Amino acid sequence: MKKDLICISCPIGCRLTVEGENPEKISVSGNRCPRGEIYGREEALAPSRMVTATVAIESEKLARLPVKTDRPIGREHIPSLLNQLYALELVPPVYCGDIILDDFAESGVRILATRTIEA
Amino acid sequence: MMKRYDVVVIGAGVSGAAIARRLSAYRLSIALLEKEIDVSFGVSKANSGVIHGGFHHSPDLLKSRLEIQGNLMYDKLQRELHFPFRRCGILVAAFSTEEMRIVQELYNRGVANGAIGIELCNGDRMHMLEPKLNSDVMGGLFAPGGGIVEPYRLVFSLVESAVLNGVDLHTNFDVAGVEKSGKTGSEDREYVLHGSDGQSIRGRWVINAAGLFADRISGLFGAEDFRIHPRKGEEFLLDREASAHTGRVIFPVPNPVSKGMLVIPTVEGTTMIGPTALETDDKEDLATSSENFEKVFYSARRLIPSVSERDIITSFAGLRPSLEDGDFYIARSEKAERFVQVAGIQSPGLTAAPAIAEYVKDLLKQGGLELTEDPDYQGEIPAVPRFRSMSLHEQDAAVKADPAYGNIICRCENVSEAEVVAAIRRGHTSLDGIKFYTRAGMGRCQGGFCSYKILQILRRETGLPWEKITKRGRKSWIVRERISPAKTS
Amino acid sequence: MKHTEFDAVVIGGGASGLSAAAEMSRGGASVAVVEREETLGGILNQCIHNGFGLHQYNEELTGPEYAERCIRDLDGLSVKVFTGMTVTLMETEEGTQLLYGFSRESGMVRFRCRAIVLAMGCRERNRGNLGTPGTRPSGIFTAGLAQRLVNIDGMVPGRECVIVGSGDIGLIMARRMTWIGARVRGVIEIQPYPAGITRNIVQCLRDFDIPLYLSHSITRIYGKDRISGVDVAPVRNAGGEASGAFHIPCDTLLLSVGLVPENEISRKAGVRLHPETGGPVVDARYMTSVTGIFACGNVLHVHDLVDYASEEARHCGQAVLDYLSGVSAGEQLRVGAGRNVKYVVPGRFALTGKNRFYLRSMITGTGARLCVRLGGIEVLRRKLPYVQPSEMISFDLAADEDAISSRFTTGGDETDLEVSLEIPEKEGA
Repeated sequence: MKKDLICISCPIGCRLTVEGENPEKISVSGNRCPRGEIYGREEALAPSRMVTATVAIESEKLARLPVKTDRPIGREHIPSLLNQLYALELVPPVYCGDIILDDFAESGVRILATRTIEA
Repeated sequence: MMKRYDVVVIGAGVSGAAIARRLSAYRLSIALLEKEIDVSFGVSKANSGVIHGGFHHSPDLLKSRLEIQGNLMYDKLQRELHFPFRRCGILVAAFSTEEMRIVQELYNRGVANGAIGIELCNGDRMHMLEPKLNSDVMGGLFAPGGGIVEPYRLVFSLVESAVLNGVDLHTNFDVAGVEKSGKTGSEDREYVLHGSDGQSIRGRWVINAAGLFADRISGLFGAEDFRIHPRKGEEFLLDREASAHTGRVIFPVPNPVSKGMLVIPTVEGTTMIGPTALETDDKEDLATSSENFEKVFYSARRLIPSVSERDIITSFAGLRPSLEDGDFYIARSEKAERFVQVAGIQSPGLTAAPAIAEYVKDLLKQGGLELTEDPDYQGEIPAVPRFRSMSLHEQDAAVKADPAYGNIICRCENVSEAEVVAAIRRGHTSLDGIKFYTRAGMGRCQGGFCSYKILQILRRETGLPWEKITKRGRKSWIVRERISPAKTS
Repeated sequence: MKHTEFDAVVIGGGASGLSAAAEMSRGGASVAVVEREETLGGILNQCIHNGFGLHQYNEELTGPEYAERCIRDLDGLSVKVFTGMTVTLMETEEGTQLLYGFSRESGMVRFRCRAIVLAMGCRERNRGNLGTPGTRPSGIFTAGLAQRLVNIDGMVPGRECVIVGSGDIGLIMARRMTWIGARVRGVIEIQPYPAGITRNIVQCLRDFDIPLYLSHSITRIYGKDRISGVDVAPVRNAGGEASGAFHIPCDTLLLSVGLVPENEISRKAGVRLHPETGGPVVDARYMTSVTGIFACGNVLHVHDLVDYASEEARHCGQAVLDYLSGVSAGEQLRVGAGRNVKYVVPGRFALTGKNRFYLRSMITGTGARLCVRLGGIEVLRRKLPYVQPSEMISFDLAADEDAISSRFTTGGDETDLEVSLEIPEKEGA
């Protein structure tokens, strides 16, 4: 397996080439610094992303409550997470930092409110 | 039951609106039909807004006569209808002795037409009248009776006045079919007009003021066969801070086919430059092109050197409904009974509109329609005070009387919620309708900040869901749907 | 009309306005914030993605979280907040400022104050500014308006989308549109390089296989009622109707083509504007050309990080406190943009204390050096790992540095301090 990636550890954006399947034997080239190697390995083996989205809320002031994952989740889980979030409808009050979904798909990832909406 | 009207006016542009309003002074039942979601959304919307000075056209044309008459009617009309109008005067700028010869002809024409106060000017006089003129201008013509108007606001107020006096306005009524009932020549002879969506109304008299589509309407009624040639004009709008804003309307010396591209100081303080004049086959072709940009700016800068493309807010195109011979065609049909043609109303149609209405009223009278004055007729409509044109003291009073005047919706043009609500309550329920009525969204941010506020007020006032609100009717929806699951995978 | 009096009135309740207000209130000034929306926080409220606050709070926050922190910073302070209020006019009257605001709730309010802080932010360039020919259908949004409709109102603007401009807002919206079920058919960028940061190119475009067309522009817009498509062409010397042009059908077009500081009321009050930034010209203490009127944040110049805007606003707040307590600004040197620098803010250097400057590069690449010269003599030189126009650069310069205090010069129309970016001659490899 060979993957071409752009390193996002800093603005330079090195073009990385990552080769190999076995986590032990993955090689990263094209990086100008050690951070590039770490990024390349992680991105090739288990790419994960922070997800931010909104959830419907019954409020006069606002139609949507913004939310985020408390840590990056695997890219493959994103569509089902979004679907689950879009099906929710919350009632105020909700406070910034409240847990909206706990342990999404048994991954340990929590979804947190990122805005306070008073009752 | 299908409603029956004494007069049905097809087309709520400036001609149709002026006619409907004029006839509303009599005891008549009148319907005004418009195929778009709002009035003035055809030819009249993208008009330059110039009230002409009566010197461009030869005295033997009908339109010259109506231009002069119409021009004179504007002051009274404005007092009654409160639309933005300013008799700022028109200058025609000449750059050579050859051009001065044409200016001399225009002057002679103006005198023959009876234009009031026009004068031939030397260079000094021209620069005194408009200090921003190119210093190469060597002379020209001054027509003090010329001016500018916000064309859609004129139409809105004409229609408002008509409706106030009992005219039924039917928007989204696109006349697709016509039936005749009753015997030819008999009193009970009537037309049944079918809309493309299935609605129908009846009328004894029909006025064809359908603008670009007057030829199609004439065909539906079995009346005269003619063809409307759309001629496209592109215009550019400059910011109200632009240094090119002149005190008067500035024309170049005209050529045989066109009056040329102008610099127009709009009543609302922006500056408009254009229009181009391009024949097109497509009556819905409102696209702008990149080639014309150069042309318009070159031409405008020649007149007023401080015109700058850095000041552009937006550009747009309009179509003029012209006939082969270039004159207006206003007459009772010789083929269809009680059918009046008001076709080929291109420039100076806006100027002439009040006179066209008078002329059509006389045609109806000659054709046997009984005109009895309605004692309840009110010439004046209530004014909607505009936040931006009030003094601080007036603003204070307005906000006290109606707190909605304190909620500024459009920050570029200082339009308050009260004005937006007034627009909606007068039937302007699309984003463009509200924009043209209030100016919200017409300023430098072009609706970037106020659109969602207007959408919310529209929802509150009309009960329409988000996805049913449009920019200007039909399929010009703004948002498609609410965010929902299952569409995201 | 209601009359009210404060030491300072801040126009705008976004990150900058709130930071400036908190700073001034902590310093003992009586402060009001006037915000035209119903809620504080400004545009941050619709920027629901993360990436904010790394400099200010050492953690990665979303826009609403950052806004909430700014709002909570006012807790315990006596800042008076007027929401839903638009300022329509500012006047100067014998050293005091008059300011007129309107709202549904409070009606017309006249504020009398000694200092005004402009913090109104910026607006987006739009289709009119682009001048793209074609029709005028619905479905053309500035990226920020679309972001508002999606993130606050919960609407899907359309399902087939093209984005013009690869600035960060455009890129963020590419991901957002995809995540609400729309398909983004391409991002069109007129420059040969992306305008946004690499992380957004990777996580907002590459993650979804969204094509990025560099050195391309849209040349025509189609659609009678709703937009139906755009023509895209590679940029050539003129126009772009060269070979390689293609058509993309779409029902939505988002424009992310730059921001303009919103200075209409500033201009009306006589505030002089800078031709490069579009914001007021300010001196070392963020005072505009009108005595008593200050400016900070995006209304001064467009920032790429809210963290910098907050920081600048606090400096501004401090400077207003000095002004209010009658501390003289002292001697100031002029500061100008030299080679490869688009602009430097502020435009003056105070000969007391520390000065912080913000500048924008006109060049892209590694190994550039920041050079500050005073009357031609270098007084600061710093190596920068990487520069590009989309990343603002900041640096500090203290007045008591030997090189400066020994070369004390004032006045004159000449630029006294010149800030430039230099690419060194090739030094070996």
